[in-house]
Amino acid sequence: MHAGLEQYLAVSFALFALGLLGVIMRRNLLVIYMSLELMLNAANLALVAFSRFKDNLNGQILVFFIITVAAAEVSVGLALIVALYRRRQSAHVEDLTSMKL
Amino acid sequence: MGISDILFYVFAAMTLSCAALVIANPFSRNPVTSAMFLVLTIVSMAGLFVLLHAFFLAAVQILVYAGAVIVLFLFVIMLLDLKAEARRKIKFYGLAAGVISVGAIVAIFARNLRSTPLHALASPTAQGGTTALGLLLFRQYVLPFEVISVLLLVAMVGVILLSRKDSK
Repeated sequence: MHAGLEQYLAVSFALFALGLLGVIMRRNLLVIYMSLELMLNAANLALVAFSRFKDNLNGQILVFFIITVAAAEVSVGLALIVALYRRRQSAHVEDLTSMKL
Repeated sequence: MGISDILFYVFAAMTLSCAALVIANPFSRNPVTSAMFLVLTIVSMAGLFVLLHAFFLAAVQILVYAGAVIVLFLFVIMLLDLKAEARRKIKFYGLAAGVISVGAIVAIFARNLRSTPLHALASPTAQGGTTALGLLLFRQYVLPFEVISVLLLVAMVGVILLSRKDSK
């Protein structure tokens, strides 16, 4: 089958679904972060595919900004995880229940 | 079916299978394994970007994600001693909630994909070389470019502040 826009969008949707499944299913903060990266990458793939098939380079500029913001987000998030681990000795969401009633 | 179509299916299968191994590896719960499969996912996605003629973004994807983000992940994984985490099992209700919500969102995606007429714009034309993107970035998008550099500076200061030893 010819690889057109629909095939690229299907891959992007499947990647997004896998990332969402990881965020909901896994209980380790680091793996949850990696699943978030998968979801961002799925959005990037959809943007690049639309940009290629609609002949509009603005989508690729948006992907460039998304990659930059994702790098900043990962650095801040990992610093938060390290600070949390120092205080609680755990990077597992089920151990972080101090805001529970 | 040309060579680019075959390459598309190869890279798509590699991306999706490696992404599945990132979130649930049947052989190992170790976060290091997840990070390594995330590298494979990123690299095969860069292959998909090349197939879409987005050469600059493919290079940036490998440099920034595989070169910086994954290294940061590995540093943090090795900084935190996560041996106890590796033995924890996936909870059943977590899996059930995940499958239900992901099934719902996939159903919405599939329905929209089938009902949208995409054939009208199915002629690949755009070329994402460095020259075209650079001209666009430094002419039309020069203000967002500067703002994003300030964002990176803020993130750097925040990370240094957060990871100090005695942050009261």
